[in-house]
Formats: sequence, structure tokens, C-alpha cells
Amino acid sequence: MTKTTSILMGGVGGQGIVLASRLLAHVIQAHGYDLKISEIHGMAQRGGSVLTYVRFGSEVHSPLIEAGQADYVLAGEKLEAWRWLPYLRRGGTMVCSTQEIKPLPVITGAERYPEKILAKMQALVDDGLLGGLYAIPALEMAASCGEPKAATVALVGVLAARLEFPGESYLQALADIVPARFLEANKKAFLAGYNYF
Amino acid sequence: MTKKLLSGNEAIARGAYEAGVRVAAAYPGTPSTEILEYLAHYREVAAQGSSNEKVAVEVGIGAAFAGARALVAMKHVGVNVAADPLMTLSYTGVNGGLVLVVADDPGMHSSQNEQDSRNYARFAKVPMLEPSDSQEAKDFVMAALEMSEEFDTPVMLRSSTRISHSQSLVTLGKRKEVPLRPYVKDANKRVMMPAAARLRHAAVEERLLRLREAAEKSPLNRIEWRDRKIGVICAGISYRQVREALPEASVLKLGICYPLPPALIAEFAAGVDKLYVVEELDPFLEDQVKAMGITVTGKALFPLTGEIHPNRIAAAIAGKPLATPLPVPEDMPVPARPPVLCPGCPHRSVFYVLRQQKLLVSGDIGCYTLGALPPLGAIDSCICMGASISAGLGYEKGNPELKGKIVSVIGDSTFFHSGMTGLMDVVYNRGSTLTIILDNRTTAMTGHQHNPGTGYTLKGDPTTTLELAPICRALGVRRVREVDPYDIKALQAAIKEEAAADEPSVIISRRACALLDKSAKPLYEINDNCRNCGACLRLGCPAMAREGDSVTIDPALCAGCGVCAQVCNFNAIGKAGVANDENN
Ligand SMILES: Cc1ncc(C[n+]2csc(CCOP(=O)(O)OP(=O)(O)O)c2C)c(N)n1
Repeated sequence: MTKTTSILMGGVGGQGIVLASRLLAHVIQAHGYDLKISEIHGMAQRGGSVLTYVRFGSEVHSPLIEAGQADYVLAGEKLEAWRWLPYLRRGGTMVCSTQEIKPLPVITGAERYPEKILAKMQALVDDGLLGGLYAIPALEMAASCGEPKAATVALVGVLAARLEFPGESYLQALADIVPARFLEANKKAFLAGYNYF
Repeated sequence: MTKKLLSGNEAIARGAYEAGVRVAAAYPGTPSTEILEYLAHYREVAAQGSSNEKVAVEVGIGAAFAGARALVAMKHVGVNVAADPLMTLSYTGVNGGLVLVVADDPGMHSSQNEQDSRNYARFAKVPMLEPSDSQEAKDFVMAALEMSEEFDTPVMLRSSTRISHSQSLVTLGKRKEVPLRPYVKDANKRVMMPAAARLRHAAVEERLLRLREAAEKSPLNRIEWRDRKIGVICAGISYRQVREALPEASVLKLGICYPLPPALIAEFAAGVDKLYVVEELDPFLEDQVKAMGITVTGKALFPLTGEIHPNRIAAAIAGKPLATPLPVPEDMPVPARPPVLCPGCPHRSVFYVLRQQKLLVSGDIGCYTLGALPPLGAIDSCICMGASISAGLGYEKGNPELKGKIVSVIGDSTFFHSGMTGLMDVVYNRGSTLTIILDNRTTAMTGHQHNPGTGYTLKGDPTTTLELAPICRALGVRRVREVDPYDIKALQAAIKEEAAADEPSVIISRRACALLDKSAKPLYEINDNCRNCGACLRLGCPAMAREGDSVTIDPALCAGCGVCAQVCNFNAIGKAGVANDENN
């Protein structure tokens, strides 16, 4: 029985987190694993947090990932990376965008956007608690590929380079689920992430 | 055979299709909404969005009496609305099979309460099935319809957020063409007057005994013997969580969570050293197992609120959690990211004005409930769909000093769902509250479903558009007016006048949801006149933020509604690329 791999994806409504988890699911399924995906997007369209769990292995029971269990966290935004950081296991890997999207309490001045998120996560890597930190300017990268909305796909690229499946599987999955007119930009964004580190 | 990755909701829809369902009806509600959206794609199924859950169930009843297989779906609180027909449907039974899908929301990811629907099955004395993943969600719809026809009863199928919104692999089948059952008039069975209902109640009790007998042998209930030191009784998502947490434990998996099989439970209890029940929310299984005289541990270890996750199960029963959170620096707070009204949302200005005029706002459920959050903070109460108007009348009757200050706020879909009767009550019982109908031309909250006011059906076919103003007049309201919520002055004047009026009044605030309105609008920007007073920030628009000693508008987020420009006292907000003085 293979161990279950757990990937938590977090972002802000509209960032394409759900698409990213479906892309990954496509690849996992093509490689014959059992999998479960769980989405919480109740009010996400209204600018709230979006969260999906992706789990795969020979037999997956729970669709949930709990604090300390994720092998990987993929975050579409820096504060979301910080929010879900405790969900990583010791030695887990963080993949995140350097983008900042202010939540309403920050906009109204009731709270402050946390500073030095990347530096603090890097310190955890240096202390050996985190296995790796891969932060990219995903939005800018995707924009230069011609489609800013593909930012999360660039992040999936970074993640993909760390998972066991070949890059071609993702390109195939993109071709299966992304509408034709956005396909080229999405493939470019994926590869930009895949080859970034 | 290849498998497909389906959400629980998609699987339920697929199950209905494969089981030969001909009629499906629902009112949307997270996490159940997508069931009917998927069913709408099947040509063979007459799938409809009903104006509320009671109506949906009644449509299902008629379809089943007529001999067709039918499915109705709703979120947990929808069953409250539909409880009246459900209770008596239990007496009449069906003809064609009828399954009522209810999606609970333990943890309240997007609900106003976390009531446990299993109590309804027991209350109505109808069976309830509970799938634990998408494959079972599909298969159990078929099983429910067969059970419905075999036992002449409606059958409930309980999903939850984790079932409805999780995806797992499902083997698809073909549609089974189930012929219409012949329709034969049977007034003694279907006209529920006392003499007939007395006989039917006896039939219901007798049916429950037969269902219990069947539950003893049903393949939906099974014992999985593993290590006998620990035995766990569980159903639905809890089965998966228990398997994750305690892979070695023996399990009694109940696919039928009502009625329970006493002999099977006794056999399982006798076969293990220590018996547990793991279930979210109420001790529904636990109380019944205890009533059988069996010693079992459940809620002594687990909460009555929220979801129960594997970590907690492992810690409580096996004495060690599966994982511990990664230790992170504690000196850094993590600001929440609450949902907000979108940039350009037509609801925003209404709440801004209501707050400005210090009115008491009797609220309702929809996107606009977000008007309760800071900085708008404009809503005084919110209970359930439709309560705004009737509770508003109650405020007025309860405290005469509040007269003239009470505004009931309700969305268009919610008004059609259950607001009209309340408005009638205001007129009939001589109230004088103001009702504002936030007519954004859609059911936005649950993902933009059509409603009787939009002119289209669930399947996208054009239909009669019900107009709000004539309906309100027909309900007896003489003061009815329409306002564009992007026009703050008009809104201020209308609300001031109508709130003070000595008779019932209605303002229809009409403007399409900003997510649906694709018309190009000029963006707005801040100019040098900005004194950083923050008045515009009281709108709570996510496109605006304080940056240094000024406010900025994010051009990527601005929807061009222009409301901020109207609330600025210093002429500091104008259309982008237009000089200051031309901006008025
Ligand atoms: C009885 C019941 N059914 C369904 C729901 C789920 N629900 C909450 S609000 C809403 C619709 C709101 O639509 P509308 O009134 O048009 O307001 P909008 O979201 O468009 O602003 C629905 C379906 C519920 N909370 N209670």
C-alpha cells in the first residue's frame, strides 16, 4: 500500500485554485491512483479564502487534510501561504506566490498585513522544519506569458517539478481542461513555473 | 471500466439519471445546489428550480403520485420549509419512487445553523440513507428509489458538505428506463382527512417495522471485522474519517442511518471489546444504541458541534493524534479573509444609506447578509429566509417607539421564496414598515441561479418574468417605487420618505449583480483633492484601500459603479483619465 500524499491549495476567490486542483487531479487519475479532492468555496466568490485538498495514494479514505499533515501547500497569495503553513508536516514543502491581496480588515485598517512572511518561512527552512520554500512572482510570470489568470497554473508548474509525475502529463491535462484559446498561455505559464528553480 | 472523478453532487445527479428519474425539483442552497444544475443537463429529466423547498417537495409528490420516479434536493434548512408536505407524504406513500436529498453543513461552512437532518427521518418515520463518498452517493440514489417503491415511502438521502463538495472516482452506468407506473386514483390513500389519515398512520408504523427488518439484511449495512479490541459504529463521512484514523479497528458501517438494525448492532457490540459511535452533530445513533441497552461511548469523547476530523478520532480512541501542526512563529497574527460584497455590488449603497440614516434593519439571507459586517454594519437581525419582512412587522408591534425606523431588506430570490406572505401580513395587519427588495436580477449567493423574476428556467428556457412592483401592489402595498442603487441621492431620498410613511411601503432597488453585468463602465480614481478622511472606506469596497496618506483604487478590481465618487465630500474621486472639473 502506497502512502497517501496530501496537497493543500489555498488562495483567494477568483484565483483559479479550484482549476489548479482539477488539473492536478487529472494528472493523478491518469497515473492510476485513487484520489479525493475536497473544496470549500462557500462564499469565496465574494473575496473570501478558497481552500482545496488533494489526496492520492493506493486507497484514500478521508478527503481532509489537517494541521501538520500536508506534504505540500500551494498558496496563490502570501497571506494565504502564512495561513496554511501550520498544515504542513515537518519537512513539508511550501510553494507560493509573492502576490499580496489585502483582506477587508486590512483595507479598513482594523488589522495589518503581516510583514516578512517569506523571511519567516525561510527561517523555518533553515531550522530544518520546512523541507523547502519555493516562492515565485506568479502573477507577473503569467502576465508575461499572455494570461495573468494563469498565475496559479505557474504555481502548479513549480509543484509539478517536485511531484513524481512527468511534466508532459500536466501539459496533456491542460489540453484536456483549458479552453483552446487560453491553452498556449497556460502551457507557457506552467513551463515557466516548472523550470523556475 | 474507466472511472470518472465526480463530486458528490454530480454523482447524486448521475445516480438519479441512471435510476430513471423523470422529474427533479429543488430550491438552491449550499452545499446541495449543484445537484439540480447537473440534472438540468439531462434531456430525459424534467429538472426545475422551484420557488422554495416546500414547492419542490410538492412537485415531487405530484410526480411520484403520477407514477414517475422523482428527486427533490435541498440544503438542511430547506427541510424546515418543506417539513409540512414531508410529514404527510410519509402517510400517503408514493407510487413512483421519491428520494429527498438533503445536504447538511456540519461546521457551517455556509449556513445559518447546523441542524442534523437525521432527526427529520425519525420524525417523519421515513428511511434515510447516508453515502460516504461519490460512488456511494450515486449508488444510494438508485437504492433509495428502489426502497421507496418497494416500501411505498419517500426515502431521504443525507449528504453533507464533505460528501457534496468532495470528488472521488465513480464507475458510471447506463440509464435504466423505468416505465411510468400506472396512475390509479386512490383517495383513501392520498386524500389525507382524519378518517383516512388514521389508517395511514397505522400503515406507517407497520412499514417502519418492515424497514427495520430489511435494514438487518441490507447490503448497505455491513460489519467489517478487523482487530476486535475496538469497534466503531459510523455512517456517511464519519465512516471515511474512522477508516483514516483507525485503520485496524472493526467497523459497523451503516448505509441506512434510519431505521437502525438492532440485531446487527447487537452482534457487532458482542464481537468487540470496546464499542464506540463516531458521528457528527447529534448523538442520533448513540442514543438509539443506548436505548437498545448496549454500552457505547460517543459524545462523551466527541463534540456536538462542527465536523469530526480523523486527528480527533485517533486522539480520542487510540490515544494518539495522526499529526501535530507545524510549529510556526506565534508573534504574527493571521488576519481573517472574510467574504465581502464584490466591487460594484448594487447592495452596498443601500446598506451605506441605511447605516447613515440610523434605521433598524430587519435582514434576510443572501449575499446582502454581508451588509451586517463592518464597516457597513447595517443589519440588526437575520434568522431565516423570508423572516425580514415579518420580523420587521413584529419589531413595530413590539415596540411602538421603533415605528418609522424599521426597514426590512430582502433579495429578489428570497422575496419569491418566502417574502410575499410576510408582506401580505404587513398590509393586512396594518403595519407601516418599509421593505426594500434588493433586486439584483438573480440568486447570487448560491452561484447565480434563475428565479421567477429573471425570465428563464433552470434549463435556460425563456419563461414568464414575474415583475416585483405589480406583485407588491397586488399584495396591497400602495407605496411602491423603484430606485437605481448606483444613484445615492435618489436612494437617500426614497429611503427617508418611505421609512417615515404611515403605511406599508416598498422600494425595489433594481440593478443587476455586478458579476453578471458585463457592460463596460469607466473606472474611477482618486485625485489630489483627497484629504484622506476615509469617508469612502465606509463603503467597504475591496477595490479601495488606504495607502500612505491617501486612498487608492485598484484599477484591476474597480467595477466603475461610481458610488464612492458620490459619497466623497471633496470631489476627490473621478472617472479615470477625466479632468477634475469635467467629472461632475
Ligand atoms: C430555506 C433556505 N433555503 C436555501 C437557503 C440558501 N440560500 C441562502 S440565500 C439564498 C438566495 C439568495 O438570493 P437573493 O435573495 O436573490 O439574494 P442575492 O444573494 O442575490 O443577493 C439561498 C438560496 C437558505 N439559507 N435557506
